[in-house]
Amino acid sequence: MSQPTTRNEGQHHPIRLYLVVWVWLFILSACSYLVDFFHVAGYLRWSLILIFMALKAGLIVAVFMHMAWERLALAYAILVPPLALLVFVGIMVFESNYTLFTRLAFFVAGS
Amino acid sequence: MNEVAPHTLNPKIGRAPGWQGIVADWSSDQRAFKNVSWGKAMMWIFLLSDTFIFGTFLISYMTVRMSTTVPWPNPSEVFALEIAGHHLPLILIAIMTFVLISSSGTMAMAVNCGYRRDRKKTAILMLLTAVLGAAFVGMQAFEWSKLIAEGVRPWGNPWGAEQFGSSFFMITGFHGTHVTIGVIFLIIIARKVWRGDFDDERRGFFTSRRGHYEIVEITGLYWHFVDLVWVFIFALFYLW
Repeated sequence: MSQPTTRNEGQHHPIRLYLVVWVWLFILSACSYLVDFFHVAGYLRWSLILIFMALKAGLIVAVFMHMAWERLALAYAILVPPLALLVFVGIMVFESNYTLFTRLAFFVAGS
Repeated sequence: MNEVAPHTLNPKIGRAPGWQGIVADWSSDQRAFKNVSWGKAMMWIFLLSDTFIFGTFLISYMTVRMSTTVPWPNPSEVFALEIAGHHLPLILIAIMTFVLISSSGTMAMAVNCGYRRDRKKTAILMLLTAVLGAAFVGMQAFEWSKLIAEGVRPWGNPWGAEQFGSSFFMITGFHGTHVTIGVIFLIIIARKVWRGDFDDERRGFFTSRRGHYEIVEITGLYWHFVDLVWVFIFALFYLW
C-alpha cells in the first residue's frame, strides 16, 4: 500500500514520470489537431476528440495534480461531484433539441 | 524545524484501504481528509467550484449552439492563419495548446524540485511557467484583436450564428483571466522561493506559518487546473 510519507514532505516522484506524461500530452494534443487537419467528420471525429480529451484530462489530474496518490476520501470528494455535470449536459441536450424543434416549426416554416 | 503536528504521529490514522478508508475518514469526528493539509484541501474545493462555473459556461455554449437555426461559424477556418504563404487552419489554437501544456510540464517539475528543497531550480522553473503563461495570454490578446477587427462582437459576427461571439468572449475571456491570475500568483511564490522564505521559515502572506514547500504544490494545482480547463475548451469549442 503506497502511503504518502509525512504531511510536510509529500509527493516524491521521479522527474522522468513528469517528462513521460508531458510527452504524452504533446502526442495527444497533436492527434487532436490532426483530427481537424485531416477533416475527419461525423461520429469518428467526435469519438476521437472526446477520447483524446479524456486521456489528457486524466493524465493531468492523476499525475500532475497528484490525485493518484491522494487520500481516497479526498479523491472521491473531488471527482464524484463533477459527474453531476454530465447529468446536466444530458438535460440540456434534450432542452436544446426541443428549442431547435420549436424554432424550426414556428420561425423557419412560418416565415 | 522538524516539528510535526501531533496527529501525524498517530499510527491509527494511516490510510485504510478502499471503501473502508473512505467511510472511516468521512465518519470521523475530527477531520475528513486526514494527512491532507488545509491548504491543499481548500485549493481543491476552490477548484471544484471553478469546475462548476466553467462547466455551466460550456453547457450554455453547447445549448445555444445546438438550438440555433443559423449555421455555426467553422472554428477551424475562423482561427486559421496565413503563415509564409501557407493557409493553416486552427494553427494559432494548436500553438497556444502546446505552450500551455509545456507550462504545465515545467510547473510539475517545479513542484518536484520544491519538495527536494532545490530553491534555485524551483524558482527558475516557476518563472519559466509564468513566462509560458504570459505568452499564452499574449497570443490570446492577438486572437481577440484579430477577431474584433474582423467584426466579431458578443452580439454578432460576419459568418453566421450570433451566439458564437458571446460564447467565444465569455469562455476564452474567463479562462484568460484565470491564466493571468495564475501568472501573478506564480511570480509571487517564485519570489518567495528565490528569497528562501521557506527555508528560514519567514512568516508572511501565502508563506503560511512554517516553512515548507507545499505552497508550491498548491500553486501547481491551480496552474494544472487552468491547463485542464483548456483541454476541454480546446476539444469542445475549437474542435467541435
